[in-house]
Amino acid sequence: MEDAGFILGSYALVFGAMGVYAWRALRGGRRLARQVPDREKYWT
Amino acid sequence: MTTIDPHEAAEGTAGDEAGGSADQAVRSRGRSGAGPVVGADTYDATTGTRGTRLLGVATIIAMAWLVVFGLGFSPEDRDQREAVRLLYVHVPTIWIAYLAFIVTAVSSAMYLFRKEHRLGWDRLAGASAEIGVVFVAVTLVVGSLWGRLTWGVFWQWDARLTTTALLFVTYIGYLAVRRLGGSHQQRARRSAVIGLLAVLLLPLVHWSVRLWRSLHQEATVLDTDLDPDIDGLMAFSLFVGVVAFTLLYVWLALHRTRALFLEDALDDRGLDAALVARRAEAAPVGRDA
Repeated sequence: MEDAGFILGSYALVFGAMGVYAWRALRGGRRLARQVPDREKYWT
Repeated sequence: MTTIDPHEAAEGTAGDEAGGSADQAVRSRGRSGAGPVVGADTYDATTGTRGTRLLGVATIIAMAWLVVFGLGFSPEDRDQREAVRLLYVHVPTIWIAYLAFIVTAVSSAMYLFRKEHRLGWDRLAGASAEIGVVFVAVTLVVGSLWGRLTWGVFWQWDARLTTTALLFVTYIGYLAVRRLGGSHQQRARRSAVIGLLAVLLLPLVHWSVRLWRSLHQEATVLDTDLDPDIDGLMAFSLFVGVVAFTLLYVWLALHRTRALFLEDALDDRGLDAALVARRAEAAPVGRDA
C-alpha cells in the first residue's frame, strides 16, 4: 500500500482521539454520578 | 438499540422551574433541610445502563468493521489511489456532525418554544453540540491529511474548508456561551438562541462547493440527482463508517446528556446548601429584632 504509514497513522490518530474523548466522557460521568444518589438519576 | 429518547432527555429537570413531577418532589424534600435518610441512598458511579453498554459493544464492533473494510477490503481509487481510505472517516464524521448540530437546533427549539422550558432539551442540545465539535475537528484533521496526499498541501483557503472551519469556531463559541454564569434557565435561553442561529451555517457549508469555485470535490453520494457515482465496495465501506460513527454519536450523546444532568443537580445542591446556610445565619438576627 502506498502511503501506508500516513494512512495507518491517520486512522490511529482518529481512533485514538475518539477513544480519549469517550474515556474522558465516561470518567467525568462516573465522578459526578458518585456524588448524586441513584433515586435522582432518571436512568436508574 | 438504545436511542436518544426526547422524553428521557426531557426528564430529570432537577431544580428547573418547569418541573412539578413526583421525582422533583422527592428532590425538594432533600433540599428542605430534612434531607434523605442517611444510609438509604445508593450511589451507583456510572452514567451507563444495560442499553448503553450494549450500544458501546455494537459501536466497537462497527468500528472494527470500518477498519477492516476501510483499510483492507476497499479497492483503491483510480485518481486518489490509497488516499480514498481516509474518506471512510472524513465523510461520515462530517455527516454525523451535521446530524449533531441539527439535533442541537431541534432541542433548542423544543426548549424555547414549548411551554414547559424543560432543561432536558437544553442538556441534549449542549451534549450534541459538544460531540459535533469533536466530529468536525476529526473531519478537518483527516481532510487536511487527505489534502496533503491528494493536493500536496495540508490546507487551502478553499470555500468548503473555510466554511467548515467557520462552523467549527461557531460551535466552539456556542460551547463557550454555555459556560457563562447565570442560572440554568438563563444558560438554556442564551444557548438555545445561538443553537438556532448557528445551524443556518450548515446549508452554506454543504453547498459551498457549488456556490463558489472550489478545489474541494462536489458531493458524490448526496448529489442532487441521487445517483451515487461510486464503486459498490467503496459505497459499502462508507456505509459501515456512517453506521459506526452514528452508533458512537448516540452512545456519547446519552452519556454526555446524563453527565450534564448530574452537573446541574450538583449545582442545585450547592445553591440549596448556600441558601440553607444563609437562612441559618439570618434566623437569630430575625428573632432578636
